[in-house]
Amino acid sequence: MASANLRTRWRQIGSGLIVPIGLITVWQIVATMGWTNEHVLPSPWAVVLRWVAYLLPQTPYAEATNGWLAWAVSGELLVDAMGSMYRVVVGFLIGAGLALPLGLMMGASPRVYAWLNPLAQVLRPIPPIAYIPLAILWFGLGNPPAIFLIAIGAFFPVLINTISGVRQVDSIYIRAARNLGASQSTLFLRVMLPAAVPYILSGVRIGIGTAFIVVIVSEMIAVNNGLGFRILEAREYFWSDKIIAGMITIGMLGLAIDTAVNKLNNYLLRWHRGLEH
Amino acid sequence: MSGNHIQVQNVNKVFQSADRNVIALQDINLSIPQGQFVCLLGPSGCGKSTLLNAIAGFSLPTSGSITTDSKVVTAPGPDRGMVFQEYALFPWMTVEKNIAFGLEIKGVAANEIATRVDALLHKLGLYDFRQRFPKDLSGGMRQRVAIARVLALDSPILLMDEPFGALDALTRRNLQDELLRIWSELGKTVIFVTHSIEEALYLADRIVVMTYRPGTVKRDMLVTLPRLRDPASADFNTLKRELGLLVMEEQQRHHDQEMIAAAVD
Repeated sequence: MASANLRTRWRQIGSGLIVPIGLITVWQIVATMGWTNEHVLPSPWAVVLRWVAYLLPQTPYAEATNGWLAWAVSGELLVDAMGSMYRVVVGFLIGAGLALPLGLMMGASPRVYAWLNPLAQVLRPIPPIAYIPLAILWFGLGNPPAIFLIAIGAFFPVLINTISGVRQVDSIYIRAARNLGASQSTLFLRVMLPAAVPYILSGVRIGIGTAFIVVIVSEMIAVNNGLGFRILEAREYFWSDKIIAGMITIGMLGLAIDTAVNKLNNYLLRWHRGLEH
Repeated sequence: MSGNHIQVQNVNKVFQSADRNVIALQDINLSIPQGQFVCLLGPSGCGKSTLLNAIAGFSLPTSGSITTDSKVVTAPGPDRGMVFQEYALFPWMTVEKNIAFGLEIKGVAANEIATRVDALLHKLGLYDFRQRFPKDLSGGMRQRVAIARVLALDSPILLMDEPFGALDALTRRNLQDELLRIWSELGKTVIFVTHSIEEALYLADRIVVMTYRPGTVKRDMLVTLPRLRDPASADFNTLKRELGLLVMEEQQRHHDQEMIAAAVD
C-alpha cells in the first residue's frame, strides 16, 4: 500500500511539472531565437542567473566583518525578503491583535456590536491601498506607514470572521456548558472562543493574504527596501530579469506563508469534522 | 433520603409568537421520589421536551413551580445533569477532557479529576478512546461520553432528552442496558424523554403519557414488571398494546390538527 501511495504521489508531482517545464522551454526558445527584445522578455536562464546573483552576498567574504553567517545572509534578496517579512509579521500582529479582542467583544455582546458595527461596516470596504496618502501624511516614509497599512489590511478580515464565529456558536454547546455549571467567563473562554476558532482562523488566513499584498504595494511607494521596492527599482534600470526574479521570490514567500498558516490551521483544527490531516 | 425529590406544581408554559400563542404545557403536576426512573412518553409536540427543559432550568415555566429537594429551579445547574439527543459534546475537547470539564468548572483538584475520569472511562468502556476527539467516535460511543460527562458531576438527577433516538436498534439496546446498570448501581433519579413505547416500557418505573397540544398528563402509570424485562414476554406486550393505543390517540390528534392548520393556511 505504502509503495503504491508513493508511486501515485510521484506521478502527481510528475504531471504537475509537465506544463511549467513546457512553458519555460517555449519561453527559452523564444528568447534564444531573438524573437523578443531581451529588455522586455529576458530568457529564463538569464532570470535564474540574476536570481542567484540577487541571492548571493554582494561583497566577497572578509574576515573582519561580523562572521560567516552574517556574510552568508547579506545578499540583497535575503535582506529584502526579511524586510518584507518583518513588515508583514509586525503589521499582521498589530492588526489581528486589535481585531481579535474587539471581534470577540462585538460577537459576544449585542450592545458593543450595536455601537461599533455601523462604523466597522463603513470602514471595511475601503481598500487598505486607499489609506496610502493618509499613511504617508501621518507617518512619513519607511516602516511606520507600511506597517500601518498592513495592520489595516489584516484587521478587517480577522474582525469580521471573529464576530461571525462567536455569533454562530451552536447553542447546544452553550446549553451543555451551562448545565455543567459554567460561569460566564468559563463559557466565553472555554466554549465560545474554541467554537469560534474555525472562523477566526479563516479570517487569519485572509488577513495574512491581504497583508502580503499590501506589503508589496506599500514598499513600492513608501519604503526603500523590500521585495516590492526592489522590483520597482529594477524597472527603472530596465532590469527585467531582476523584476521577474523578484516576482518569483515574492511568489515563493507567499507560498511559504500560506503553507505555514495551513499547517497551523490543520493542527489547531485537528478536532474539526471537515478536516483530515 | 426518600420523599418527593422533584416537585412539579401547576406548571404552565406558553410560547408566544407574533400571531398566536402555543400552550405547550397545561397544569402539569408531578411528584417524583428519589431514585425513580420516569419516562415522559408522547408524540412529538406533546411538550415532553419542554417539561424536561423546564426542570433543567433552560426554559422556565410561564406559571407554576418546579422544585428539586425543596429548592426552586431558576437556572440550569450541575445538580441536574442533562444528556442531549445531539450528544452536545465539545468537539474541540478529547473524550477525557469532555468528561473532566464539569469537574474543572467545580474546581476539583487535578489528581482527583484524573482518578474520577479514569474510573468513568472504565465504567463506560471508553478507556481506549480517551484521547480521541468526538468526530472520531460512533454515535453510541459519543452518547457514552455524554453520559460519563454528567455522571462525573455526581448529580442526583439525570435528565435525558431522547438520548438514544439517533442510534441504531442494537446500539440502542446496548446503551439502555448500560443505563439500567448504572441507574441501579448509583440510585439516581432519571427523567427520560422518549417517543418509543418499547423503550419506555423497557426502562421505566413509571411512565407519564402526555397529550398533544396543550401538553397535559394523559396517564401516569407505574410499571411493575420485574427487571430485566423481556420485550417478547406476554405481560410486556399487554402493556405495550395499552400504551400504544394511548399514544396513537395523541398522534392522531397531532395529525388532524396539522391537517386543519394546513387547510387554514
